[in-house]
Amino acid sequence: MIDKLTFLRPSKERLNLFIFFGALFFGIGIYDLISNSFFSENITSFLPEILSFFTPLIFGFVGLHLIRIEYSGNKILDSLNKNINSNWFNSILTLLLIFLLIIGIPVILNWAFFDANFFGTSKEDCTNSGACWVFINVWFERLIYGLYPNDQIWRVNVAFIILILTVGVAFFVNQKIKKYIIIFLLFVFPFILISLLSGGSFGLEKIATNEWGGLSLTFIISIFAIIFCFPVGMFLALGRRSSFPVIRYSSIGFIEFWRGVPLITVLFMASVMFPMFLPDGTFLDKLIRVIIAITLFEAAYMAEVIRGGLQALPRGQYDAGKSLGMSYWKLHLLVILPQALKLIIPGIANTFLALVKDTPLILVVGLLELVGMIDMAKTNPKWLGFAAEGYVFAGLVFWIICYAMSRYSISLEKKYKTDR
Amino acid sequence: MDIKKFNFGINNYLEDRPKLKKFLPQGLTLLAIIFILGYFTYNAQVNMGNRGIVFGFGFLSQESSFDIQFSLIDYDGSYSYGRAYLVGLLNTILVSVIGIVFATLLGVVVGVSRLSSNFLVSKFAETYVEIFRNIPLLLQIFFWYFAALRALPLPQDAINLFDVTYLTVKGWFVPRFLWTNFSILIGSLILAIVAIISISIFAKKRQETTGERIPAFLISLGIIIILPLLTFLFGGVKLDFEYPELIQQSPTIFNFSGGVGIIPELIALALALSLYTATFIAECVRAGIMGVGKGQKEAAASIGLTPGQTLRLVVMPQALRIIIPPTTNQYLNLTKNSSLAAAIAYPDLVLVFAGTAMMQTGRAIEIVSITMLTYLTLSILISIFMNWYNKKIAIKEK
Repeated sequence: MIDKLTFLRPSKERLNLFIFFGALFFGIGIYDLISNSFFSENITSFLPEILSFFTPLIFGFVGLHLIRIEYSGNKILDSLNKNINSNWFNSILTLLLIFLLIIGIPVILNWAFFDANFFGTSKEDCTNSGACWVFINVWFERLIYGLYPNDQIWRVNVAFIILILTVGVAFFVNQKIKKYIIIFLLFVFPFILISLLSGGSFGLEKIATNEWGGLSLTFIISIFAIIFCFPVGMFLALGRRSSFPVIRYSSIGFIEFWRGVPLITVLFMASVMFPMFLPDGTFLDKLIRVIIAITLFEAAYMAEVIRGGLQALPRGQYDAGKSLGMSYWKLHLLVILPQALKLIIPGIANTFLALVKDTPLILVVGLLELVGMIDMAKTNPKWLGFAAEGYVFAGLVFWIICYAMSRYSISLEKKYKTDR
Repeated sequence: MDIKKFNFGINNYLEDRPKLKKFLPQGLTLLAIIFILGYFTYNAQVNMGNRGIVFGFGFLSQESSFDIQFSLIDYDGSYSYGRAYLVGLLNTILVSVIGIVFATLLGVVVGVSRLSSNFLVSKFAETYVEIFRNIPLLLQIFFWYFAALRALPLPQDAINLFDVTYLTVKGWFVPRFLWTNFSILIGSLILAIVAIISISIFAKKRQETTGERIPAFLISLGIIIILPLLTFLFGGVKLDFEYPELIQQSPTIFNFSGGVGIIPELIALALALSLYTATFIAECVRAGIMGVGKGQKEAAASIGLTPGQTLRLVVMPQALRIIIPPTTNQYLNLTKNSSLAAAIAYPDLVLVFAGTAMMQTGRAIEIVSITMLTYLTLSILISIFMNWYNKKIAIKEK
């Protein structure tokens, strides 16, 4: 009996026959699923309910089993078998994922594009069942610029156009000019940014920091915190490896304190506790306090990353530097740090990414960057019920920023990779 | 030129006095730290004096007079601030533990999936990691809480899961476990664990001395199932369920009563924390498994270990050594990130204590310090435990 059934075993001899039946069964499975989930028509309703529920899986499984022929000579079939159909367990996983994609992708596409409304001015323009992108459209300026006065928005634009232009130029010029551009970005641009945005000089109207907000505030905080946290972290890392016990233990204490507490309590500290530590009457702007808090917090993480790089360098580098008569600072600036930093590009990038992802937290102390502005927009009585659109939009923006940063760090890592 | 000479002079001067060279920078640092701390303390004292606040922790025993929406222990407004602190702390620990369990399970599955030979599976896992890792956690919490869970039906149209639990916009209602003689069951479990530990020690010794293998795993499994079962039969332990039921509170308002209501804040927070942290754990797991050399597997196969034994005795012990330290960091991060609960009003430590209690008492310095110290202690406890575990499984070189 069993011997007679061997003709059912997939074999190379009757390749086309098996491919035909395999594809047929697989197709029936997919068709069953599609007709079931989109046209609510169950083609296997004559079977018992529980069996009928699993028919797409069973048909697909049989189909994939029939085409699982090793070394068939057909290149496409071989690569298919190798990659998604190597054994029965893999074929079930493959089927489940294909089914998930078939059911999920149309739902998402319909919500985001085909059933969505893009243009309009009010909630009433959203007539379709999908997403209401009108919400983002109408609030777009607020989401980018926060509560910045409308007639002054050009100042934000100018500041960021300068930034984008200089960064863009930096990609096309040679190493020598690039150096000056980087110095400009690190030491000159921050002042331009601040004086343009806050005004009060050069005949510009003064704009208080509590009117700043939106995506531009996300960028401002990220830029300043990134610029400051790097040198602070470097000093802390060197301090932790110092041979002076006082410096070493105070660095360890400082680093471990910031790494042990959540950012949200640090922000609380900056907003409610820190003013108590200043002389009566002195006032430090909330934005500055928050930037200091985020800087110190991320600097502690940065210090640990840099310490990792310092520890990874072989001792010989230190000894060689010292034997040339280099002083501590010369040794570190010219020999140790350039090599160590190269090693830890991924770690630095991760810290910067974490910093950017942490910026939305400032909404707990009342500063409204992108996520905070969406929070404000969605509680507007005229625009209730569009939280999903807002968060999907913000998520997309952050995702693009973070993904671009991580890709850039990978390319940097490849560029500076040296063989040891 | 002059500056250079001067510099050279100082260096020379210090070079001749090694003791001074050693103590000068340290003394300066110490002075700076003392000066900054002293300056802050002085200002704080002046400021508190101006506002008529006296520094102290006496307020912890005062009546709190605010309610907390969700609490694991008895609490209402008549309890003290100290009790409110405890409620917040327990809620923080609860969401952290739930998050850690689910993040670990999901992270391991995704990490292994990324190494799967199945193209679709590994791509799917990679997509998941890339999406959830690059979106701020706060945004994800907001998304689940304000967008996804708000779309659930009202209690009267609740989604019925298996006829005993109900998913609604007001939370997830599950049956409550009513135990009788619960302490006997716990006792039997402890007894089972003690028995299992002694059996595994005995089995190991036996194998080391005689080479004979005892099926310790099967015996342990039997003990942990049979002992508690016996207490059900003979020990008088009983388990009853209290099912949630729909009741009409007013003509239009329905709600569930009985059972346990898991509030949507907890669900959203636990979901976001697990999904976010799982991506990082997945990367740790992937790095760990990839870090075990191919030669190890081949060597294990060549001395006749089965694939299961290879995984259990050769690959996993080595992979765990690479996986555990970074994963500990992720657990710590998750615990700290659970403080984002304050943004969606889940009553964790930050919301209850650094939020409501601080508003009421105005004691910013005491309350923020206590909160920070608590998180510091939690972090240090977790890292001490993990360091101990790490040391235990580290390679013992001879």
